[in-house]
Amino acid sequence: MIPYVALSALLFVIGATTVLLRRNVIIVLLGIELMLNAANLAFVTFARLHGDVTGQVIAFFTMVVAAAEVVVGLAIVVAIFRSRRSVSVDGENAMRH
Amino acid sequence: MGVTPESLMGLVIVLPLASAALLLLAGRAADRWGHLLGVFAPAASLLVALVGLVSVLGRDAADRVIDVHLFDWIDTGGFSLAAGLRVDPLSLSFVALVTFVGTLIHVYSVAYMAKDPDRRRFFAYLNLFVAAMLLLVLADSYLLLFVGWEGVGLASYLLIGFWNDRPDYALAAKKAFIANRIGDVGLILAMAFMLKQTGGLTFAEVLGKAPDLSESWALGIGLALLLAACGKSAQFPLQSWLGDAMAGPTPVSALIHAATMVTAGVYLIVRSGPLYAATEGARLAVAIVGAITLLFGAIVGSAKDDMKKVLAASTMSQIGYMMLAAGLGPIGAAFAILHLLTHGFFKAGLFLGAGSVMHAMNDGVNIRRMGGLAGVMKVTWATFMMGWLAILGIPPFAGFWSKDKIIETAFIGEGWQPWVLGTIALLGAGITAFYMSRLFFSVFHGKARWDADLHPHESSRLMTWPMAVLALGSVCLGWVLALVGFTTWLEPSIGHAEEAAPVLAAPIITAATLLLVVAGAAAAWRLFAVREVAVLPPAAGPVVRAVRADFHQDSVNDLVLVKPGQALATGVALTDTYAVDGAVRGVGWLTIGVGRVVRLAHNGNVRSYAAIMTVGVMVLVAIVFAGGL
Repeated sequence: MIPYVALSALLFVIGATTVLLRRNVIIVLLGIELMLNAANLAFVTFARLHGDVTGQVIAFFTMVVAAAEVVVGLAIVVAIFRSRRSVSVDGENAMRH
Repeated sequence: MGVTPESLMGLVIVLPLASAALLLLAGRAADRWGHLLGVFAPAASLLVALVGLVSVLGRDAADRVIDVHLFDWIDTGGFSLAAGLRVDPLSLSFVALVTFVGTLIHVYSVAYMAKDPDRRRFFAYLNLFVAAMLLLVLADSYLLLFVGWEGVGLASYLLIGFWNDRPDYALAAKKAFIANRIGDVGLILAMAFMLKQTGGLTFAEVLGKAPDLSESWALGIGLALLLAACGKSAQFPLQSWLGDAMAGPTPVSALIHAATMVTAGVYLIVRSGPLYAATEGARLAVAIVGAITLLFGAIVGSAKDDMKKVLAASTMSQIGYMMLAAGLGPIGAAFAILHLLTHGFFKAGLFLGAGSVMHAMNDGVNIRRMGGLAGVMKVTWATFMMGWLAILGIPPFAGFWSKDKIIETAFIGEGWQPWVLGTIALLGAGITAFYMSRLFFSVFHGKARWDADLHPHESSRLMTWPMAVLALGSVCLGWVLALVGFTTWLEPSIGHAEEAAPVLAAPIITAATLLLVVAGAAAAWRLFAVREVAVLPPAAGPVVRAVRADFHQDSVNDLVLVKPGQALATGVALTDTYAVDGAVRGVGWLTIGVGRVVRLAHNGNVRSYAAIMTVGVMVLVAIVFAGGL
């Protein structure tokens, strides 16, 4: 089971690094997606480990939430792109105090 | 109850009050006839007062105290008070004095203020003054008396500062008002004590229950009333405003000193006689204050070169005599009121004479620059002389009948008290003779020392007639009142006095008084009529300089009252700025500072938010694991 957990951790780190380091919003969303799926992998692994289906159920929940999140996130990205002609994360500081 | 003359006494107050209101509201439209209405109002009051006086004289001595109900004033659950008048020999004596002398002063003012563009306003204030004083003496409760008391203070403020374009005059008005205010605190305190202890504020309630009061409460009320009287009557230690009050036009000084205002304190003490009967200590305090003031005023009067200030000091001293007498109980109170009446006449006459001299001298008041006016102003000289002889107490002039009696009464008693008080009163008479003679001789006799371009002249008839009437009073009032038994007439108001013999035989006292008076006058004659009077005040030792500066009373007031007051005010202001405001501002500053630091985190950089969040989650996880292990 250890390789699965390690893979999950590796994927999460890759996702987190993507979110922290990349400027393109779409890539950032991909990173978030990667992190979610890394978590899903961990849930499923531990469900298998403990013989308990709760983890698998939560993985399904996560997928649903992730789908919704992608829809909302891409819609925002499209709206921002229309008004700003840019998908850079650093350019969006209109919410600065 | 039908309409009796006594129930009409309200009119005495209403007439001048209505006149004052009309004159003030009508504004410049009343400029042409304002002074006529102003004279008419107190004259009409005088007529009403005379009707009341005759009516009361027609009654038996036993029911000469009449309480007139005017209207219900205050009516709350636990306390109710009606506004009413007490018409009795004491208040009637005052009403007669105020309206009579007041009317004469009004007539005089018509000519004296003829050239002043604000004469109408002046008359409005004069009427207000008279109305307030009449309310003060006619009120049947301490609270209504207080209304008149404040009215008198207000009117005196307005009149002393009548020429308020001069800053020093405006300052004098403020000084008078504030000194009076200190006294007012005493009256308010006294009323609070009375309400607590007797449950009422009318004279009938308070004075009726006075004998049942505990010694300490009676003493407290007595001392509080004494403080009030000191403020209003310019007694030690609240005397300093009186000299500066000379800033007002001279008729105002006459009114303040003779009829209204300064006599109010004596009235208050005499009216509260039953209260003072219950407390030996307060009575003694009154007498001692009177004794100190009579010496103080007399000594200060001897060093002043300002004619009006000499007269002011003399008033202080004479009121001191009245307070001394009032402090001696019913036996002295009658003579206090007698002296108050005679003093009202001769002091008003002296002030009006001084005003007449000022007119001749182009408003100069320095007696070192006068002299030899007797030949130029014969009527003023003659009337002033009557007033001078009256205040000296030369028989048969008015002062002899009242002041001599006070001195005699001061010698009644046991232990040290009669000797000390009596000696002070006796000495005061000698000094009075000296400074009044100094004034009289410097102004009217000796060589003329005024500027050559001054052309002194006698004043108009409107001014000399009131002076003549007052001079007549100075000559006759004493023996007339003595002859008709004035002290007996006062008995329903102030109680019966047991006859008592002074520690020295009365003829000896009279002889000693007269001897001192003649000595004082003779000394003044040698110094200020025979010898040349220096135009500039000669250099003098520390004592005389201190006296010229009123014993540094203003510096003392500064030190005792003004400086601590300012320090307190400054302290409160600083506390407000730094403690109260500081707390409020501190909260603001704290919020701003925290905001400034926290703001750094909100830089709008989404990736740094993400980084912070990630690190935060890692820290939380670390903590959870550390806790779990």
